Amino acid sequence: MTMEHTDAVPGPSTKSSLYALSPHVKKRNAKEARFKAIGIGAILIGLVFLVILVTQIVGNGASAFQQTRIDVELTVSQEEFDSAEKSSLKTSKYRGILENALLVTIQENGIETPFTKGKDIRPLISSGAGNTLRQHLLTHPDQIGEPFKFNVLTNGTVDGYLKGRVSRESIANDKSINEAHLELVDTLKDSGVLRKGFNMGFITGNDTSDLRPEQSGFGQSMLGSLAMMIVVLLVCLPISVGASIYLEEFAPKNKITDFIEVNISNLAAVPSIVFGILALAAFIQFGGGTLGFSALRNSAPLVGGLALSLMTLPTIIIATRASLKAVPGTIREAALGLGASRMQAVFHHILPLAMPGILTGTIIGLAAALGETAPLLMIGMVAFVQMDLDSVSGFFSDPNVGMPAQIYIWATRADGAWYERAWGGIIILLVFLLTMNIIAIILRRRFERRW
Amino acid sequence: MPGLWLVLIVLALAIAGYVIGRQRALQSGGGNSRALHSLPRFYGWNVAIKVLLPAFIWLAVWSLVQTIIVEKTVSGIIPKEEITIGLEGEDLDLALKVIDANHSLRMAEMRRTAEGLNYLIAADLLTEDEAQNLTLDKVDVEKLLKDAGQVVTGEIIAPVLKASQRKLALDKRADIMKSIFIIGVALAFFIYSVLQSHKDYRARNSVEFMILGLLVLMACIAILTTVGIVLSLAFNTVEFFSIYNWTDYLFGTTWSPRSGAGTHQPLGLLPLLWGTLYISIIALVVAVPIGLFAAIYLAEYASPRVRGFVKPALEVLAGIPSIVYGLFALITVGPMLLDIFGNSGIGIMPGARSVMTAGLVMGIMLIPFVSSLSDDIINAVPQYLRDGSYGLGATHSETIKQVILPAALPGIVGAIILAASRAIGETMLVVFGAGAAGKLSGNPFEAMTTVTAKIVSQLTGDADFTQPEVLVAYALGTTLFILTLALNFIAQRIVNKYREQY
Amino acid sequence: MYDVPNTERDTTVNDIKISANKVQVYYGEKQAIKDVDCEIQDKTVTAFIGPSGCGKSTFLRCLNRMNDTISVCRVEGSINLDGEDIYDKRVDPVQLRAKVGMVFQKPNPFPKSIYDNVAYGPRIHGLFKTKAELDDIVEKALRRGALWEEVKDRLGDPATGMSGGQQQRLCIARAVATEPEVLLMDEPCSALDPIATAQVEELIDELRSNYSVVIVTHSMQQAARVSQKTAFFHLGNLVEFDDTSKIFTNPEDPRTESYITGRIG
Repeated sequence: MTMEHTDAVPGPSTKSSLYALSPHVKKRNAKEARFKAIGIGAILIGLVFLVILVTQIVGNGASAFQQTRIDVELTVSQEEFDSAEKSSLKTSKYRGILENALLVTIQENGIETPFTKGKDIRPLISSGAGNTLRQHLLTHPDQIGEPFKFNVLTNGTVDGYLKGRVSRESIANDKSINEAHLELVDTLKDSGVLRKGFNMGFITGNDTSDLRPEQSGFGQSMLGSLAMMIVVLLVCLPISVGASIYLEEFAPKNKITDFIEVNISNLAAVPSIVFGILALAAFIQFGGGTLGFSALRNSAPLVGGLALSLMTLPTIIIATRASLKAVPGTIREAALGLGASRMQAVFHHILPLAMPGILTGTIIGLAAALGETAPLLMIGMVAFVQMDLDSVSGFFSDPNVGMPAQIYIWATRADGAWYERAWGGIIILLVFLLTMNIIAIILRRRFERRW
Repeated sequence: MPGLWLVLIVLALAIAGYVIGRQRALQSGGGNSRALHSLPRFYGWNVAIKVLLPAFIWLAVWSLVQTIIVEKTVSGIIPKEEITIGLEGEDLDLALKVIDANHSLRMAEMRRTAEGLNYLIAADLLTEDEAQNLTLDKVDVEKLLKDAGQVVTGEIIAPVLKASQRKLALDKRADIMKSIFIIGVALAFFIYSVLQSHKDYRARNSVEFMILGLLVLMACIAILTTVGIVLSLAFNTVEFFSIYNWTDYLFGTTWSPRSGAGTHQPLGLLPLLWGTLYISIIALVVAVPIGLFAAIYLAEYASPRVRGFVKPALEVLAGIPSIVYGLFALITVGPMLLDIFGNSGIGIMPGARSVMTAGLVMGIMLIPFVSSLSDDIINAVPQYLRDGSYGLGATHSETIKQVILPAALPGIVGAIILAASRAIGETMLVVFGAGAAGKLSGNPFEAMTTVTAKIVSQLTGDADFTQPEVLVAYALGTTLFILTLALNFIAQRIVNKYREQY
Repeated sequence: MYDVPNTERDTTVNDIKISANKVQVYYGEKQAIKDVDCEIQDKTVTAFIGPSGCGKSTFLRCLNRMNDTISVCRVEGSINLDGEDIYDKRVDPVQLRAKVGMVFQKPNPFPKSIYDNVAYGPRIHGLFKTKAELDDIVEKALRRGALWEEVKDRLGDPATGMSGGQQQRLCIARAVATEPEVLLMDEPCSALDPIATAQVEELIDELRSNYSVVIVTHSMQQAARVSQKTAFFHLGNLVEFDDTSKIFTNPEDPRTESYITGRIG
């Protein structure tokens, strides 16, 4: 088999051994290797970014789970208690008691200090400590007049100093605290009076005014997010399953169906902030204002949940339809062939088979909603709201924040102590998201069916 | 009668209806369920649904209408007392808007007061007569409410109290009427559908028809949402353009809103749009090559083990909320870039927030988005095309470059457009990473701002919804909505065309 | 019963092009091909027949190492092309496939123009220096694919717009354009209507003068019509391999007989 033109050009058809690579093939193989290397490079870049991100999050946020505290031994006499309770500045009275007791504790431990008055060491303890002491005594009235050990939060600056965030240089312009205080902190730390411990308050507590980062916690926002997720689940799951069943199993092929489909796919691409505007205008201004539904108010988790529901709906509908579609038509035909109605075929056979897929889609949709911040900004769920966690009357309608909103609030306070809180909050949020995603992946692997 | 009781009564009727309807149908068939047209439970459901559905629909309609009518009636009690004499044109418009705003604030206070009084009555702290006869000169109503743990935000003035008392009285009367009406409706349908329960009645068809109606209703929520978005944007945007020149908005090259400056402040869209597009372009330049090559490697080269590890890792990257990326930009990437390009380095970067900061991080955020979409698209290229190419002696990369990618191109373009739409709509990242000042500059290391960031800043805080610098947020929202909708539309068209091909 | 094969064509015995020794193919744990020995002659059409899943396609794909693209597939034994083991470490499958071309069951033109489809092979293998040379190669290939007259005026049109039969002939032309020595065809007519099938069969017969053609087919009639040699596969074994006329008139193995008389398969 010879053809004229192949004589002139080197090519595979000239009788060559398969064992010897032609230069052309060598060149092509080199190109192949380069191309593959670029692909590996792209994957590595992606993974490196992930690693950097995770190190940043953990590196910056882990310290939020530790907090510096001081052990103070004190006795509050009945007279002190009574006079403090009568005062109009109750918490500062208690704080004074604490400061004096701390000074005594310091001196008893044989630590030399230039400070002689309780007021001098005020920068060491949290400004919220007075109130904490008051609450403690109100709940433990038996300890009045008795000596007891009280564990006091240190001030955020002291905490930052021990965590390496605050240095002697950085407090140079800070009028509230000076180097002598930091020296005292060092000696207190060496003697074990002052130490870092696990920060339960960060997980259970609520937000505080921006002067007391050491006291603030993420718990309240977790409740807010929980409320919103309940709303999203209750609204989204039935509606999206119903809508998907209709579109997938019953809808006639006509203009209206097409219009609904286009609508859904477009809604999936609408930026989340637009859903925030919708919630602001439709729920708060129209529903709560014009129509007067009082549960639809600013900062209410109910409104946040509704906004997130509308945002999540297309995602879950798309996932639900995909899993309904994956159930083969033969099963429907089998049911219909036995005389079941279409409705029975769907509810008895197709829906149960599609359920794992629907649940997976729902969990992923919920996870996306849980991390969404922008709509919450629009409906005012980012105001400083301090909830009394013991007496929540309107779980869905009392003003609250959500987890990402709390992170936003802390991040906008633009201070090292608050950034630490924000990263710590991110860790908690990501633990939730990761758990949800892992559940979704397990569900998918476990029930994945290849027809 | 409290609403809960009403619901419970209707529910009880429905349950009773289920039992009786089922029983009656069975009896008519002589106790033999095979003599019935449908299964016995369908007769039960037929009655239950026919009791529940109309009752609840009327309950919802009635409550809505009642709220509107009561609000309208009592709103007359709260005066709009502001003086507008001597005001003309724009100033008059503005004054009228302020009056309206004040009035709606008082209405909100009225609602809270009514709610508070209601609470006091429910808690037996007041009798209904006492609540109706409260007057401000005799009782400190604010203190009364506050002591009971109710929210009081403003000053309760006499008309507000009077209106809230009137609302209470009206609501009470209407609630009684409502209860009677709803129970009447439920009973009527109860009797009607129980009588229907005969062995020849097609109960299953009837039940299925009602369920189908419910499903249709749910499918329409998507349309309702779109209508809601369009209406809420349109109303306020029209409002904005009624007090602000639309050419100044669309073609204005300066953005510097000042609170209280009225209609004479520069609210130009162009700087924001420029910032948005600049950041999006940088993001795409980062995300598209990396994401695409990652997808190619995953789809074509990676062993199942590598794929099983890398894909979830990239999904984790995709599942991280944008606020985390925002903080990452602000605290990590911004300062890092500042070290290199800032005054200590090259000196072209004035601050940590910049187009580059936001764009880079957004690019990282979009890598998994691009890669997972492209991965799906590459996998959708039929195997027989690959076989055809290998069969001709092409190498793997030649097959990818000359057969797979050209075949997948429309889908990939669609994916890139979707990524662009994502980038344009991204909010939290630019709030932290991009900056606050609208600027038309070519230097990517300068801080600029975006449409989304400005929607946030104009609508949060103490927003006065009569002022152009607040209302402009809706115009920005409309711009954003149209922009992303158009991009999505184009992407869908391209992707659908691509799907038709195979 | 069947078209009687043209026995005159079988008189000359050609050189051995491919010889397979003790070939075993595994998909993971499962063995798909057991101990296949067979010799394929140059300038001859060899047909592989057998019931579904008998391994005929798998064996065909071993001949140009297309099975390499399936990660779980493992091949043992040796297959020699002109005396060189194609599974030798030194052999690059890319270079091998240029010598052993393949046409698939479903017509699979690339979503490119007709011209680009045919030019694809010559381009990747660097078979030409000038555009005129490439034009020449494309024209010759299309002529060999019996397609030139039909498409010469619309070479720039997308190949996906052609009819099924044209697409398959284009795929053959595309394979021929790289100047292979062996042409493997995996049920090339199963997706075609009878008229297109006849055209392709005619083409296969013409290709015999230049190439060694191996064709897998479901249709015994087709094997009888186009081939000089026929191999019958059953459950991964090569049961019988002989002249086509012999297989269809006087098979030695009872399984072959059962198959061609329609009792199994």
